[in-house]
Amino acid sequence: MRRVVITGAGTVNPLGLSVNQTFAALRAGNTAIGALDIPDLERLSVRIGAQVRGFDPETRLSPRQISLCDRFAQFALVAAQEAVAQAGEGALAPGAGVVLGTAGGGVASSEAAYRAVFADGSARVHPFTVPRLMANAATSHLSMAFELRGPSFTVSTACAASNHAIGLAFHMVRSGAVPVMLAGGSEAMLSFGGIKAWEGLRVLSSTGCRPFCATRDGLVMGEGAGVFVLEERDRALARGARVLAEVVGFGMTADAGDIVVPDPAGAEAAMQAALDDGGLNGSDIGYINAHGTGTMVNDRSECSAIRKVFGSGAERIAISSTKSLHGHLIGAAGAVELIAVLLALGEGVIAPTAGHRTDDPECALDIVTHQARAASVGAALSNAFAFGGLNAVLALKAA
Amino acid sequence: MMTKAEVIAILSAQSGVPAASMTAETLISDLGLDSLGLVETIFALEERFGVTIPFNANTPQDDSAFDLSTVAGIVSGIETLIARPAAA
Repeated sequence: MRRVVITGAGTVNPLGLSVNQTFAALRAGNTAIGALDIPDLERLSVRIGAQVRGFDPETRLSPRQISLCDRFAQFALVAAQEAVAQAGEGALAPGAGVVLGTAGGGVASSEAAYRAVFADGSARVHPFTVPRLMANAATSHLSMAFELRGPSFTVSTACAASNHAIGLAFHMVRSGAVPVMLAGGSEAMLSFGGIKAWEGLRVLSSTGCRPFCATRDGLVMGEGAGVFVLEERDRALARGARVLAEVVGFGMTADAGDIVVPDPAGAEAAMQAALDDGGLNGSDIGYINAHGTGTMVNDRSECSAIRKVFGSGAERIAISSTKSLHGHLIGAAGAVELIAVLLALGEGVIAPTAGHRTDDPECALDIVTHQARAASVGAALSNAFAFGGLNAVLALKAA
Repeated sequence: MMTKAEVIAILSAQSGVPAASMTAETLISDLGLDSLGLVETIFALEERFGVTIPFNANTPQDDSAFDLSTVAGIVSGIETLIARPAAA
């Protein structure tokens, strides 16, 4: 069976406009969560979030790309530019494809169109409303920008979308179907309507994201994108590419239970499946980038599932939720969190869970809090457990 | 006249062709607009003048449709639409 490595990484997220900026913020444990600055904020009851700041598409994209792309697709294009540049000459091939995750697609574009015709009484919406809002827009723009004509599609599995996308791309390269793929995810839901919809579920925090803390009171929304070059290992080595990490396993399961409440059995099965797919033992895992949303039901369910999978060994695994730093990027969550996994595997730095105040006895695992921890990590898991009970777990090894 | 100058300004912004080089006789087909550019141009004209321009991308040659072949055709079409009662 072929081995699959990551040879390029790119991102736009609240912590930074590149992987290096993101690494620096993850090391420092600096949270990007703060007061939101969006139109109609006064009509929202939740007014904090993790926004991408300083994003300047004019310097990175053509006028036509900007006109055709919603913010979520612009994020993906800029992240992909960085990933492809890092992967270097000859990384891409015409047979390569793109798999991206998103939960909402062009939320702001849909919202602007509805606002125009319903609220403002306009006779028309922008002519590019459909190509902007469609969930596959980011995937298609990456395909066009890099002339990739292989298997390309978008997966939309809420908070697990990026992990599903990366996992499917991994399986396609491992099977030999394609030599190289772009994979990741993108989300831009920090608009009035996007936040108003989440407010309705009563799961958002107004105070900050404190996963695994006894005082946690909900999730905080973020936005951004992460894109990776997944490449067959021998091909990458032959062209002298730098290997950032090896993707070794992918597990996906469904709870078949509740539309919003997670079942620990589904999370447990997904983690076990990722270990089995990668030929790993539980004792190989040194770090878990948790789904860790900061909601009580997720955090307790996830910790219970980790105990089931790893037994007494669970307590020696370092765990952190970087959502406390970059917020919950929904369909882009797994992609941006994979950058924290690359930091752990490649540089031996485990990014912390920020904002921790008090231990929760029901989450009594080795939660890395406050400050980054130096550790030699040979293998790691990255968890994503979506609304709708759809679970996707990636297993990676150090290069 | 104002309408002509504003139509030329919109065509110039969409196509990148300098406004100073356009006249009433300029052919729209010479501006290098692709199909998306043409649709975006029509949207900009509609927004600016508060009119609805009849245009279907599937039947661009339709005789009864708005004359999009020249600057003068667009200007005269818009002036006709502006003069017409809004109920149409």
